[in-house]
Amino acid sequence: MSVLVFIEQREGQIRSVSKEALGEGTRLAEKLGGEVVGVCPAASDPGLASLGDAGADRVLLAAHERFGLYDAAGYTRAVCQAAETVKPDVVLFAASAMGKDLAPRVAARLGMGLATDCTALDVEAGRLIATRPVYAGKAIQRVGFRGTPALVSLRPKVFAAVAGAGRRGTVERLPVSDEGSPSGARVRRVVAASSGKVDLTESEIIVSGGRGLRGPENFKIIEELAEALGATVGASRAVVDAGWRPHSDQVGQTGKTVSPKLYVAVGISGAIQHLAGMSSSRCIVAINKDPDAPIFKVADYGLVGDLFEVVPALTEAVRKLNAQHV
Amino acid sequence: MIQAVCIKQVADTETRVKVAADGKALDPAGVTWILNPYDEFALEQALRVREKLGAGEVVVASLGGAGVAATLRNALAMGADRALHLRADAPPPDSLAVARALAAELRPLSPDLVWCGRQAVDGDAAQVGPMLGELLEMPCVTAVAGFELEGRTAVVERDIEGGREVVEVQLPAVITTDKGLNEPRYASLKGIMAAKKKPIEERPAQLGEPSLEVISLALPPPRSPGRVVGQGVEGVQELIRVLRQEAKIL
Ligand SMILES: Cc1cc2nc3c(=O)[nH]c(=O)nc-3n(C[C@H](O)[C@H](O)[C@H](O)COP(=O)(O)OP(=O)(O)OC[C@H]3O[C@@H](n4cnc5c(N)ncnc54)[C@H](O)[C@@H]3O)c2cc1C
Ligand SMILES: Nc1ncnc2c1ncn2[C@@H]1O[C@H](COP(=O)(O)O)[C@@H](O)[C@H]1O
Repeated sequence: MSVLVFIEQREGQIRSVSKEALGEGTRLAEKLGGEVVGVCPAASDPGLASLGDAGADRVLLAAHERFGLYDAAGYTRAVCQAAETVKPDVVLFAASAMGKDLAPRVAARLGMGLATDCTALDVEAGRLIATRPVYAGKAIQRVGFRGTPALVSLRPKVFAAVAGAGRRGTVERLPVSDEGSPSGARVRRVVAASSGKVDLTESEIIVSGGRGLRGPENFKIIEELAEALGATVGASRAVVDAGWRPHSDQVGQTGKTVSPKLYVAVGISGAIQHLAGMSSSRCIVAINKDPDAPIFKVADYGLVGDLFEVVPALTEAVRKLNAQHV
Repeated sequence: MIQAVCIKQVADTETRVKVAADGKALDPAGVTWILNPYDEFALEQALRVREKLGAGEVVVASLGGAGVAATLRNALAMGADRALHLRADAPPPDSLAVARALAAELRPLSPDLVWCGRQAVDGDAAQVGPMLGELLEMPCVTAVAGFELEGRTAVVERDIEGGREVVEVQLPAVITTDKGLNEPRYASLKGIMAAKKKPIEERPAQLGEPSLEVISLALPPPRSPGRVVGQGVEGVQELIRVLRQEAKIL
């Protein structure tokens, strides 16, 4: 039983979420007893041979000049062609912006079921079972597939990548048919976020601010703490709707779902829709002046106090710690 | 210009989930039903396109049980012209089956634009839109937060990790909408009155074989109870200590 893994690259860089997917692919292949094959649409080889150590036995490079930028129709064709040649039992994607867009197309093309944004995969009686949060994490669904391949996308930062897997990582060319007509949608350009910061969904540490900050100018203290911690800044919807922060910073049901190692919520009350986006974080710290704020119910560690005093003191303490480490 | 908007009725985002006796679905008792928040952006954008062009038709389509009629009526009150109710007493948790049933009804309309939400906030699948693109053989752009129409070309923007993609797409196309695209309107009193006279066509959904089956639905394991480590600035040292020694993060 083999596993096909979609390998995502941007600007010739293999993305870490794909290594997480390869890691899980390796674990599945061990249980199922088969090979792990990657498929990577790209303009040119982004260094796929290195993926042997991340768990790939083989990687199919679907090279096309148009594949430098994401090309939904072309990538769909490439992954479907790879599925035809490899005949996998499972196809894995990362539930990244690209994977979320691509996986349903492949599922529709292959006529197979897809479980998105999964947080665990198990093999029970030879059958793949996917675990996925639903109702914004308020419930957990387990689903089984009718037929193969089973298609799955994996929530970023939940599955561990492997290193030193020592598999072959043979790179093979996958010819891409160019069914004549160009696709009706084309990425014109990618505008980088101003600061070039790490995306929230890929951050190890997040410091989020809420309405308790009282105004956009005060996010400086959040940014300073984030910088000291090596963290990315997030926000509640209240402050995004007020225009203090861009929508891409929003964490929650109608924002991003994040699972960092550490999530620090500052001046955020902990509305159910906010919790939906961050309650799968490994460690949650809440700073709020209201001891009854609902955020304390999910926080591992709470600090009750005025954020305008506590946060700068915390930033200072973290800086001191950093200075000791160098 | 014919625009179709796929809308789903979902449990209110404040809902405390209770699992039904079968252990596989949400217990519907006491649940307030709303229009999926992402579908509000889809409907709003379709209405804006129709208003800008000064012509055309906006058809809303929803697959679900009898209660869905109220959500369709609300969409008509916001300004949609007519509604299709694809009757299925329990919409399957399987997006491919839903997408196929919707595609079968939308195809004969030959829509120029098909709108969906980025995801339905019940199953959080985020699948139906791009599946419709494949099934209807139309290009599709997902999670769109910016939209401009110039003739038969739409220029749209979508957030990706660390930036924004600007995508050019030829009509007919499927677009799924993200928060930030627009501010959805409320139904006006006049709209509510007008909606009473607008048609809702009902027919059984053509649901084929499911591609997935739900084995169980359960509440997540509770987070182990946390604790308040301190008050004010005095608590900072203790917070640092627990983060280093217990959580082993710093
Ligand atoms: C359909 C729908 C979707 C939604 N999606 C999201 C979503 O994706 N993400 C999201 O975040 N919300 C979402 N919401 C909104 C959510 O319900 C809340 O309104 C929002 O999260 C509140 O933001 P907040 O915690 O910043 O503000 P508030 O609730 O106003 O909380 C501010 C907090 O700051 C504290 N505070 C004030 N001053 C200080 C101080 N000096 N020091 C310390 N603490 C202080 C207060 O005690 C309070 O707890 C959604 C709502 C709906 C209806
Ligand atoms: N039962 C349904 N009826 C109509 N539209 C639906 C239905 N289910 C999903 N959709 C549409 O598809 C989008 C994505 O849904 P999903 O793939 O279930 O997350 C929704 O925002 C709706 O626009």
